[in-house]
Amino acid sequence: MNNPASKRKPYQRELPVDWWLKHAFYTKYMIREGTSIAITIYSCILAWGLLRLSQGPEAWQGWLNALQHPIAVLFHILALAFALYHTVTWFDLAPKAADIWLKGKKLDDKFIVIGHYVGFVLATLAALIIITL
Amino acid sequence: MSHTDSTKLKRSHEPVFWGLFGAGGMLTAFLTPVMILITGILVPLAIISPKALNYERVHGFATSWYGAAILLVLIALPLWHTLHRIFHGLHDIGVKRGRDWQQVICYGAAFAISVFVFTLLLQML
Repeated sequence: MNNPASKRKPYQRELPVDWWLKHAFYTKYMIREGTSIAITIYSCILAWGLLRLSQGPEAWQGWLNALQHPIAVLFHILALAFALYHTVTWFDLAPKAADIWLKGKKLDDKFIVIGHYVGFVLATLAALIIITL
Repeated sequence: MSHTDSTKLKRSHEPVFWGLFGAGGMLTAFLTPVMILITGILVPLAIISPKALNYERVHGFATSWYGAAILLVLIALPLWHTLHRIFHGLHDIGVKRGRDWQQVICYGAAFAISVFVFTLLLQML
């Protein structure tokens, strides 16, 4: 395949940079993939917070104060929207990954999806309760 | 496979990354929204008391063995999901040059930040 002596010139179909904007399905796909960028930045913010935590109370307070900056709050609101979009797309795909059979019958897709949403709500409530205790 | 007789099938490392991608995707789907809500919105806007994230409390949690394990998973695992997607997203938007380096940089970043978090937690224990 990657033979440098090869003289063959494989045909490469041209793909315009904005191919994914021309069809709603592909646009949604790219938004889903794009949510990764916000979540990556969020993980980096948390990793940075951990560094500040290890440096003592003042450094930690500095990190908390930085999170109060309007730009930080705005970023997190956007990141929350992206994260929720990831959640919705992930749960939509769940029946394709979880192939559950009960008594010889395939479990209906909607039960798997609803089950995931129930788990999501419980996990969210549990996290909010634990943090406010 | 056109030349299976002369070359052995190459073992792929894709399943490892795929497993981390799946686990990270699951965690991100269930917990990232509420984490962003708490650390990025509710506490900074003082909707829930800032005491929720005060130093003693978070430090105490991070320096317990179970807290350290939870934090490592919560911070590092989503990266193995998101950087896998970013790596494949680069292909989708037509960035053709240096695919192998793109792979090294993407998974390398996930690895580096994981090690960073792991080391910090270890030295605080």
